[in-house]
Amino acid sequence: MSSGAQKGMHDRLERLAEDLTRTFKELDCMVERSNGEVTLVVPVEHITDVATRLRDDEPFFFQELIDVCGADYSAYAQSEWQTDSAPNTGFGRGVQPIGRLESMQSNRFAVVYHLLSISKNIRLRLRVFVDTEQPIIATVVSVWQSADWFEREAFDLYGILFDGHPDLRRILTDYGFIGHPFRKDFPLTGQVEMRYDPHQARVVYEPVSIDPRVLVPRVTRDDNRYLSEDNATQDAGDA
Amino acid sequence: MPEIRNYTINFGPQHPAAHGVLRLVLEMDGEVIERADPHIGLLHRATEKLAESKPYNQSIPYMDRLDYVSMMCSEHGYVRAIEKLLGVEAPIRAQYIRTLFDEITRILNHLMWLGAHALDIGAMTVFLYAFREREDLMDCYEAVSGARLHAAYYRPGGVYRDLPDQMPRYQASQWVTGRDVGIRNQARQGSLLDFIEDFCNRFPALVDEYETLLTDNRIWKQRTVDIGVVSPERAMQLGFTGPMLRGSGIAWDLRKKQSYAAYDKVDFDIPVGKNGDCYDRYLVRIEEFRQSNRIIKQCIDWLRKNPGPVMLDDNKIAAPTRNEMKDDMESLIHHFKLFTEGYCPPVGEAYAAVEAPKGEFGCYIISDGANKPYRLKIRAPGFPHLAAMDEMVKGHMLADVVAIIGTMDVVFGEIDR
Repeated sequence: MSSGAQKGMHDRLERLAEDLTRTFKELDCMVERSNGEVTLVVPVEHITDVATRLRDDEPFFFQELIDVCGADYSAYAQSEWQTDSAPNTGFGRGVQPIGRLESMQSNRFAVVYHLLSISKNIRLRLRVFVDTEQPIIATVVSVWQSADWFEREAFDLYGILFDGHPDLRRILTDYGFIGHPFRKDFPLTGQVEMRYDPHQARVVYEPVSIDPRVLVPRVTRDDNRYLSEDNATQDAGDA
Repeated sequence: MPEIRNYTINFGPQHPAAHGVLRLVLEMDGEVIERADPHIGLLHRATEKLAESKPYNQSIPYMDRLDYVSMMCSEHGYVRAIEKLLGVEAPIRAQYIRTLFDEITRILNHLMWLGAHALDIGAMTVFLYAFREREDLMDCYEAVSGARLHAAYYRPGGVYRDLPDQMPRYQASQWVTGRDVGIRNQARQGSLLDFIEDFCNRFPALVDEYETLLTDNRIWKQRTVDIGVVSPERAMQLGFTGPMLRGSGIAWDLRKKQSYAAYDKVDFDIPVGKNGDCYDRYLVRIEEFRQSNRIIKQCIDWLRKNPGPVMLDDNKIAAPTRNEMKDDMESLIHHFKLFTEGYCPPVGEAYAAVEAPKGEFGCYIISDGANKPYRLKIRAPGFPHLAAMDEMVKGHMLADVVAIIGTMDVVFGEIDR
């Protein structure tokens, strides 16, 4: 992007962040800025209200809902390979999958919305944390029709329930699938595998026979090789 | 009086006009559709979950397999999201190469769409013509990346390698000998850029050829005019992007509005429809052929004049060259670390979108500071388009369903992910 256009975008985001802070402060919303993007953290009870106002009110006019997705934060910042001190047995290959999920956390799941204003040429992200035990959030299908399938997908993959959704069925997984596969406690290999059984002359489901294994362990390097200065200050706020 | 009930039929998942693995449950009143319920997910491979278990770079080939007719555009969306996280930008020559190949990809995709769409509605010839041109463009893919379809050519920080100086040529074989080989190799005497330029010079006449077959064709018009009309308001409400949105009369194109790569340095126009029906969307895409051709020509001119690096000179992100590795310990270590562990972007999140041929293709990455994405969400343009199926086919005849599936340009690799 040319520097002029970049400057224009930067100014618009700046103004958007101010407008958001002013308008939604009384609803306990929080504005975050990072990587040239604006995120509004919305309390779960206000989502429909905030969404409607973002679509209809001056100066926002977010006519389009680009994307809705779920996220599971229970394994956040956990690595599969601890190398702080050398063990007696030597280093393993990090074959232990992440075991300890922080389920006690009160907001394990989040729903993330990406909005686009065509008339103002600007984007906004909404993040809503939902309760761990009862992940329920109000639907925004009445605000943006495109939320319909996106919410079905988030329900299918994460088990997040959208209150008031007209047709909350599974969408991507198989008919009769059990579980929510994108949760961090769902193994990458799945739970069941299927094959044709010639004796019974039908397809049978069995528990998976392969062990989950880690080829490249998940590691976090804290030497911050890649941190630029403004990112460093931003992350302190994000974390 | 006999009781009249609605009839439910199953369309697909093995129907040739279902463009892959779409299963449609149609509720019919006679031959009129009352309700359409698309069942998707038959091609679900959990790409996003797989990406969570791999270092960033190892997921680039998955992007090719999402929308398998516009491979490099999906790669572009993914590498742009990573670059945003890392806070780096590719060198200018790489930006132009990406622009060039994005537009080649757009032509590839629209050719596939045009051929399949016309074939569904009963025009066989266009399909054969379209595949003739696709062959040349896939040779361009092969020349830069070694693969005709799944290129894995874009990398965070640039592209895998510079354009080749020599376009690969046909060899004589048992089936093609003597003069025939010469004819086939006519355009392949120079570099890849010469080959693409030759294509660009031929292509406008070829688009005219498709148009002769379709644009004023009575059957084509009867099958597409006033079919699947979407008003501009509904198009925004339904989350449409790309030609689906422009067909409804909204001049929205990320290449212009939120420019990336080298799109702000090239000249092109955005075609916009008027009525929002299948015919307008057809006209929009046909015009995009010509505009893409224009962009490619400008990229060729620039690339000829401006040699330079195509990859970031930062061995923390981009691998050192083979030669450097042979006599430099530091480079060998970098290479080893990059390929066994990858790089760790800072904590944060980023959403980057590109104007893929089908609409807005976006990647949303949450990073917790590890060498793998904590969460990757792929925003596929076809997903909301197909979700509007019910609204678009309601009240139309059964045969129009085929025209509407065609006009949406659905590919299940990206919808099911």
